[in-house]
Amino acid sequence: MEIKVITTPLDDEVIKGLRAGDKVFLTGFIYTARDAAHKRFIETLEKNEPLPIDIKGQIIYYCGPSPAPPGKVIGACGPTTSSRMDAYSPKLLSLGLKGMIGKGKRSQAVKEAISKYNAVYFGATGGAGALLSKSVISSEIVAYEDLGPEAIVKLGVDKMPLFVINDIYGNDLYEMGIAQYKF
Amino acid sequence: MREIHTDEIISTIERLFIDANINLSDEMLERLNKAVEEEKSPVGKEVIRELISNAQIAKNEQIPICQDTGLAVTFLEIGQDVHIVGLNLEDAIAEGVRRGYKNGYLRKSCCDPFTRKNTGDNTPPTIHTKIVPGEHIRIVVLPKGGGSENYGEVRMLVPSDGKEGVKSFVLEMVKKGGPNPCPPIIVGVGIGGNFEMSAILSKEALMMPMGERNKDPEMAKLELELLEEINRTGIGPQGYGGTVTALDVHIKSMPCHIASLPVAVNIQCHAHRKKEAIL
Ligand code: SF4
Repeated sequence: MEIKVITTPLDDEVIKGLRAGDKVFLTGFIYTARDAAHKRFIETLEKNEPLPIDIKGQIIYYCGPSPAPPGKVIGACGPTTSSRMDAYSPKLLSLGLKGMIGKGKRSQAVKEAISKYNAVYFGATGGAGALLSKSVISSEIVAYEDLGPEAIVKLGVDKMPLFVINDIYGNDLYEMGIAQYKF
Repeated sequence: MREIHTDEIISTIERLFIDANINLSDEMLERLNKAVEEEKSPVGKEVIRELISNAQIAKNEQIPICQDTGLAVTFLEIGQDVHIVGLNLEDAIAEGVRRGYKNGYLRKSCCDPFTRKNTGDNTPPTIHTKIVPGEHIRIVVLPKGGGSENYGEVRMLVPSDGKEGVKSFVLEMVKKGGPNPCPPIIVGVGIGGNFEMSAILSKEALMMPMGERNKDPEMAKLELELLEEINRTGIGPQGYGGTVTALDVHIKSMPCHIASLPVAVNIQCHAHRKKEAIL
């Protein structure tokens, strides 16, 4: 199938060209963050303090990799279930976050925020942790080191294979897929 | 009477968990290769192709197929003429798990239910033992990820619910899981026994060889009907839509109380990691 090649930071023109169901290769930098890091982001914002990373134009990957074996940049690094981050995502999108990568459906509030703030939700194939690790070329802890496997890690990625799930036009690949193939 | 030392059990458990997490079985690879052909959706086909190349990369690079290397589910069939010497058996299994998850660079995913503090070494394992005739021990490991395990349930149906009741329960669970248990899935159904037995049967069902049907023709028919209905839901690979939502459905059943119809559904993801050894 046709593959769209995109790079970070994501600009609005690129996002406008993405449609649910597209396969993309993503190159650039992304940040891992899951439950504990998201909770801390929101607590930080509530205290009117700055986030430890500038999320404007950036992409967050919901991921908790397996340990890197010696000589490897990272272990298996597939996505975790995104819905656990739903409560936090609209706030981050309002601050300029442009993309999220995970697996599974998002809440209505997240989908609305995606349209409103010109963003995109990508699916990485769940359970394809080895394949996804091949596209990671660098990895550096940039914040919340005390959270261990949940620390924020800046990943350099080269042609990371993803699918667009929610686009700015309100399309949802999960709904479209079921509607098309249910019989 | 044959003596088996726990050192041998420890090293076997260590090896099996590493092997299971890194090397997808030929049985699963064959099934995925067939699924690419069966799948009608182009996106679905592409997802399954990713899963096949994922398995090859994991093997070549010797890294886990999936980062969720699971809770350490271990089944043992112990021959009644075996005498286990050395450590206490449960301690030996835990030690094998500890070594496997450390030396294999597997993720430790076991924590306290409320404080959520990680136990640090993926112990304690979940151990199921059975005493069987003979003088061997058969060990089967099934590292089980959280995403798929979360969509399992035991339900006490009433006898009048019958087969239709079982079907609608299974379909309800598959739809509830949607994309989260990483389809294409394998569905294990335990029917009968009692509350806890149905759950164990459903997990044992997951360990049946791919494509093998229940010996009871009625149950075999129900397996195929369920598979067909699940694949009509349209969920598809990764939930992106398609015709291969499940790779197989297995039922294990046994007689139950005259007043009950216990049913358990246990869902397994495409990262179906199962390895075994006989000592
Ligand atoms: S459900 Fe299975 S394949 Fe998906 S992330 Fe969990 S363990 Fe991996």
